[in-house]
Amino acid sequence: MSTAVDGGAATAPERSEQSPARPQPAFWSTVAAVMRKELLVELRTLESVPGMSLFAVTTFVVFHFALNRGSVEGDLAAGILWVTLLFAAILGVNRLFVADADQGGFDGFLLAPVDRAAMLVAKVATLLLYLLALELVAVPAFSILLLGPSVGPALPGLLATLALGDVGVAVIGTLVAAMAVRTRSRDLLGPLLTLPLFVPIVIGGARCTAPLLEFAHRSGPSGRWLATLGVYDLVFGLLAYALFDFLLED
Amino acid sequence: MASRPYGKGLRALSITTVAAMTAALALVFFYAPLEAEQGFLQKIFYVHVPLAIVSLCGFVLGGLLAIQHLRTRDSRWDMRSYVAIHMALIFGLATLITGSIWAKGSWGHWWVWNEPTLVSFLIVFLLYATYQPLRFAIEDPERQSRYASVFAVTAGAFVPLNFIAVRMSTSFLHPRTLSSTSNLPGSMGFTFLVSVVAIALLYATLCKYELTVKHTRAQVRALRRRLVAEDSPARGRSAAPSGLPEEEPRPAPGPDGLAPGGQRFGSAPGTAA
Repeated sequence: MSTAVDGGAATAPERSEQSPARPQPAFWSTVAAVMRKELLVELRTLESVPGMSLFAVTTFVVFHFALNRGSVEGDLAAGILWVTLLFAAILGVNRLFVADADQGGFDGFLLAPVDRAAMLVAKVATLLLYLLALELVAVPAFSILLLGPSVGPALPGLLATLALGDVGVAVIGTLVAAMAVRTRSRDLLGPLLTLPLFVPIVIGGARCTAPLLEFAHRSGPSGRWLATLGVYDLVFGLLAYALFDFLLED
Repeated sequence: MASRPYGKGLRALSITTVAAMTAALALVFFYAPLEAEQGFLQKIFYVHVPLAIVSLCGFVLGGLLAIQHLRTRDSRWDMRSYVAIHMALIFGLATLITGSIWAKGSWGHWWVWNEPTLVSFLIVFLLYATYQPLRFAIEDPERQSRYASVFAVTAGAFVPLNFIAVRMSTSFLHPRTLSSTSNLPGSMGFTFLVSVVAIALLYATLCKYELTVKHTRAQVRALRRRLVAEDSPARGRSAAPSGLPEEEPRPAPGPDGLAPGGQRFGSAPGTAA
């Protein structure tokens, strides 16, 4: 899962010195509880995932007309796939904390005697699940609607690249969403803050994906780019873990 | 003038900066040799590259100052971080403009995508361009400074990562010919070093001026409030920190002279329970 998770589990007990009388709930049970709440809300309202998936499919149709092409391959295919996925992800990122900010979710969480990093981990994991659901719809739709070469042989490399990219998107998205949600123009600031931070993910993701989607000379993703994506995920995971507390203080 | 805490050393710093800038420009135009391929156009290198270096260092410096703010909760660090990023943004804009001019002169286009340094600089600039809108969109001054610091730390860490990623994406396709300072001839290298020092001094001086102005304005506001002895109208919404934090010793603290940023609501998350 996310890189923030490992650090969170290790330091959770020693961060909770304020109330020695009452034992805190374990870190992971808090994470599970918050995640359960998130998924339950999503299942009942269906606010994020269907919208993200529909947006992705519609964007493929728009790309077909904008480029005036029946099928794409290589660089172009990788670029379309990543841009669409990131824009769809931003829709989810924008909605990630809205209920917590507007309907007292933050207050409820802050009143509970739990480690605040649990909220970060739970939100990152939730966003990862959203992205997974999005890709379950978007990747098949892409291969049917736009992709020239068959997606089958590319699948293992594509899955590895998408997994690494998703972790980065989830971590950065959660951090930025928590920052933007309590500003006055959150719908504008969220994408503005997120997109430049996503650029290295687009570079790494597209460079890994492009050789997979070629007709001829198909090759696997380069290890160098996968490693870059991994390092980026790791650094932002640690950053988000270090900084998330400051966003939850009031 | 010299007795004020914030303006101290400002005159000496300004004079040094003017001298260094003059020396740098003199060296650029009268000492450094003309470059064989690009001729006179290459002189912009002595302005463009130092501006870029100082601007990037300013962004990272803003992140470091923001870490200090998050650790100490002293709003003076937030003010310094704000000024560092604000000035770095202005220097960044100048970098992009000079870079464009150079690109137009040497490649015939205002913008080239195969110069990784320029491209990554644009991405960093676009990210930092959201710093002021972010601050402006948060009304509570305490939260504004806290969120801005979180942003500054995140973006400060993003600067080197982004450069590595963009450099990797282009370097093996296009060999880098320009701005590799290691193989410069001695006289050009010396001129370049003096230019870097001059631009860095300019950055420091402008930061110092902005800090002094903000501090003075906050002092004037506090004095005026005490003079009229009533609640002066609330400060308009602003992206800049309010200055004059409550921890700072003021000349003669009045009975009800609260700094505009001094009111905190819900100071501790658990106390409401």
